[in-house]
Amino acid sequence: MASYSTNQFKPGLKIMIDGDPFNIVENEMVKPGKGQAFNRVRVRNLLTGRVIERTFKSGDSVEGADILDMEMQYLYHDGDAWHFMNIASFEQLQASAQTVGEAGQWLKGQEMCSVTLFNGEPIAITPPNFVVLRITQTDPGVRGDTATGGTKPATLETGAVVRVPLFIEEGSLLKIDTRTGEYASRAKEE
Amino acid sequence: MLGEIRAYFAQQGVLEVDTPLLGHTGAADPAIGSLALDLPSGRRYLQTSPEYAMKRLLAAGSGDIYQLCKAFREEEHSPLHRGEFTLLEWYRVGFDHHQLMAEVARLLAVFWPGRVLERLTIAHLAQQVGAPDPHLSSTAVLANYARDCGVVLTPPAAHDRSLLLDFLLTHLVRVGLPVGRAAFIYDFPLEQAAYARVRPGHPPVAERFELILDGVELANGYHELCDPLAQRARHAAEALVRAARGLPPPLIDERLLAALAAGLPACAGVALGIDRLLMLREGAANVGEVMAFGAETL
Repeated sequence: MASYSTNQFKPGLKIMIDGDPFNIVENEMVKPGKGQAFNRVRVRNLLTGRVIERTFKSGDSVEGADILDMEMQYLYHDGDAWHFMNIASFEQLQASAQTVGEAGQWLKGQEMCSVTLFNGEPIAITPPNFVVLRITQTDPGVRGDTATGGTKPATLETGAVVRVPLFIEEGSLLKIDTRTGEYASRAKEE
Repeated sequence: MLGEIRAYFAQQGVLEVDTPLLGHTGAADPAIGSLALDLPSGRRYLQTSPEYAMKRLLAAGSGDIYQLCKAFREEEHSPLHRGEFTLLEWYRVGFDHHQLMAEVARLLAVFWPGRVLERLTIAHLAQQVGAPDPHLSSTAVLANYARDCGVVLTPPAAHDRSLLLDFLLTHLVRVGLPVGRAAFIYDFPLEQAAYARVRPGHPPVAERFELILDGVELANGYHELCDPLAQRARHAAEALVRAARGLPPPLIDERLLAALAAGLPACAGVALGIDRLLMLREGAANVGEVMAFGAETL
């Protein structure tokens, strides 16, 4: 894997620190008038999601992380693993429930997801920004009930629970923004 | 702002001078890169500060002098840095660094009436932050502290005391002197003496100061080193550091050394970043915002 000098640092660059892959979130040059320069970076651990701060002597090089984002179709999951397929090569791979994490609650099958690979192994799954899912259970809305802010919980076919406006009925299709986990709009029947 | 500065010095009887921006040598400081121009008459360097030329004037008997001029540094570009910027540099004959700090405070009072500028030694600041003492701590202690602060140290860097102290200082300023505070920090470790006098003692310290305003390094001053032999020794040390870092060797400014040999009067000098001063006064976040054509500058 290539290595990067600190003067190539920029947000989005993937580097290795202490054996883990990190994504640079923020890069700041610190240069005293007299004295050597440093790069202070905020980096996100791509395995744990934790954000930490590190400082490098300017001019040092750092090993790049072998990170690849691949568009893959979600197929199904069995007890342990979630299965994805590259629709160009038909190559399949599986990700653990831990890797899939919260993304799993938006997936029912056939969605195109971004699969992040580290040294060829999946480490994170990003679902499409919007998914369309059917409500399997929600209580009828009560007119004039504003104590709950005009929303009520609704369970979707994948098991996820979102808050929806009171007029939404059981069985309707919803468009959900997976980045916020919020109801975006009603969706049309296909 | 430039008018107010000139009015202040006129009132103090300090002479305005104007020295060449192109010099025969660049900065010897290993942390400062000079821009070179190849002219038919030979290679010339854009000055990184007017220090050498102004010291030659002092040795020639100029008395108190100040200068407002452009300075140039290689490859510096960030929200706080530009490769071309404006410096105010001045020298006061017979002053030590404490008297000069007091004068910097009087000048700043023109721009921030009533703002209190604290004064504390680097050792005191380290104590406040809970960091190791920069003068007395072993290199291993400094390296461990840097690691605890998240510095990624290559094996040679862990033994580079000067690098570890450079980090420590930036860390002390960031943690100990955040936005809202304004302080002179003074009495530096010998490794960071630059061209300041060393005061013997336990520990010996360099009579250097910096002014930190809202986390920004605004000014750097010295009780100036006047001894030509000591100055030559500092240059030799800088040459060694440059060689170790793979930088071009410094050209020694023999004219400066000759001036020191002829007799630089005891004095204190300071350089203050005008763009940063304006940036802080205007509440801007980037020096480019307060520079004419700031977006286009180096």
